[in-house]
Amino acid sequence: MPLKRGIGVSTGVVVGTAFVLDTEEARISKRLIRPERAPEELAVVERAFEAARAEVAEERENFAARAGSELADIFGFHEHWLADQKPRHEINSLIEQKRYSATYAISVFMRRYRRRFSEMSSPYLQERAKDVLDIERRLLFHAGAETRIGVEELEEPVIIVAHDLTPSQIVKLEGSKNLLGFVTDLGGATSHTAIIASGLGVPAVVGLEDVTRQVSTGDTLVVDGLHGVVIINPDTVQLAEYNAQADHQRTVRAALAELRDLAAETKDGERIELLGNIEFPSEVSHCIDKGAMGIGLFRSEYLYMQQDEPPSEEEQYEAYREAVMAVGDKPLVIRTMDLGGDKIPHANWEVEKNPFLGLRSIRYSLQHLPMFRPQLRAILRASAHGDVRVMFPLISRIMELRQAKFVLSLVSEELEEEGYEFTPKIPIGVMVETPAAAICAKELARECDFLSIGTNDLIQYTLAVDRTNERVAQLYTPADPSIIRLIHGIIRDTHKLDVSLSMCGEMAGDPYFTILLLGLGLRTLSMAAGNIPRVKKIIRSISMDDAERVKRRVLSFETEREVLNYLRDETRKVWEEA
Amino acid sequence: MQESPRHVEKEVRVLNSHGFHMRPATEFVTEAGKYACQIQVINGPTVVDGKSAMDLMLLGAVHGTVLKLVADGDDAEAAVLALAKLFEERFHVE
Repeated sequence: MPLKRGIGVSTGVVVGTAFVLDTEEARISKRLIRPERAPEELAVVERAFEAARAEVAEERENFAARAGSELADIFGFHEHWLADQKPRHEINSLIEQKRYSATYAISVFMRRYRRRFSEMSSPYLQERAKDVLDIERRLLFHAGAETRIGVEELEEPVIIVAHDLTPSQIVKLEGSKNLLGFVTDLGGATSHTAIIASGLGVPAVVGLEDVTRQVSTGDTLVVDGLHGVVIINPDTVQLAEYNAQADHQRTVRAALAELRDLAAETKDGERIELLGNIEFPSEVSHCIDKGAMGIGLFRSEYLYMQQDEPPSEEEQYEAYREAVMAVGDKPLVIRTMDLGGDKIPHANWEVEKNPFLGLRSIRYSLQHLPMFRPQLRAILRASAHGDVRVMFPLISRIMELRQAKFVLSLVSEELEEEGYEFTPKIPIGVMVETPAAAICAKELARECDFLSIGTNDLIQYTLAVDRTNERVAQLYTPADPSIIRLIHGIIRDTHKLDVSLSMCGEMAGDPYFTILLLGLGLRTLSMAAGNIPRVKKIIRSISMDDAERVKRRVLSFETEREVLNYLRDETRKVWEEA
Repeated sequence: MQESPRHVEKEVRVLNSHGFHMRPATEFVTEAGKYACQIQVINGPTVVDGKSAMDLMLLGAVHGTVLKLVADGDDAEAAVLALAKLFEERFHVE
């Protein structure tokens, strides 16, 4: 019953059966062979390569039919890789000289080869390790290794245990009702697993380093997403304790689910707009299920991280359209690309000493118009189908906003000439996530339709803390008095102007801060789907007098400790489950 | 009649804005496979077999990198000419 500690990234307790994905050790039954068997094993390898190559050739043809398909290119390369005699020779040596079985030889060789990529300095090359894994799986399948159940086929409720999870794996998993939680070796507080798990409302613990080596499919696991604890095969005492906690949470969650169709309104009738944050179009329905009145933040980054080249205008348009159709007549805010060159696999990437303060996000977009224009075109075209709004991230000066608006007007003209339908005056928003933007919120507000406070980055920049740096991560907190005063300032400077204000950072979805945020003057909050019911519960349990009182008290505190303790107490008073 | 040199070297520059990624690598290995000579691609300390997709995958040269093509064999000159042209034409990707 080992107890492991990692980073809890999505709260909740669950007790369930582990399902281990993508173990480093493939399910290879036999590793060594008798020397006489070598010719047979060599033949297995040859057949596996040929079968894999034929399969890839077919996939390539399937995708080649679709215009501009990057997958066709990738499969094209995989085809050449599988036709290359070199890998076969290396694998055959392992069989002849070390008496490995075909599957074991393939596995050993591919793993070594894959490791060379993980050790490279360029993120682009590190990403190629995934391609190698893809080829490896294909070869093992055709060599007769036991098939691993695909991610799509969760037949019973399980807790996923994996080395790392790619966004597309998570997308496939999130549709399943049998997903109880995530546990991974890698990952940090801001990884994809973290964001999506909390969006789904399932417990997740990441950064466990070697949990995949210690857990086998079928083991019983306790996952405590709040404390970052994972217990493998708990004893009867632990089992009883955690089962009780899990049951309790289920009851609370069921009660919260009943709030779905009730208004997000205080006891004295003040209406709050609750919106959802999403990474993928498929998450829209999940947000609506939880009671979201629209999408306040559609992060477009996944489109830029999936493949070898920037996403085409068509690909983006399809993704945005899918989201608009799912959200119906409710608002959908699409944020333009918010990555640094280091995260874009195909970017002309040069090492920056401080990527966080470097060429990323809107700055990158404005300097790469061939990439920015298609995104804006795709967003505008999608606006023909619903209430779409565009938001620019990391704005730090009014000139940036003006430039971005100018590019937007250029592509608008283009689209009009080409005969496309779109919203002529699409609402334009700015993410307030730099201290500069916060200080000059009034000036920005005069030239856009809405502002959204992005607390995640705003807190990092203001407190000068990198939350992914374990040495200082504990200094990152929304409860710091400076942050609260900053937010208060933004609201005061803009509330008389004709601009809508919202908050879309994690702080907006943290129930402990709800009363304060209402007291400070916010009326629109956008958050991960999983947080909507809890925040709504708090809203419905207070009056604006409570909010005002809490605000006044909090503004008098000098330390984040005082702020946090007070907010926790006040929140628990109105809802004991908080 | 002058014999074609059997050892040919040439420097080429990666002009593709996205570097020597999968599409260029595919085109390169397809072209290299047409020649009998041995072909190597050198990027600083890394030397890879230009006819092996497995090796080329490890090259990962970014935009602006200068690579060296080295060919040994009867058709070395023709090979290097054709491959260098691919680099100049940005592998027909852009």
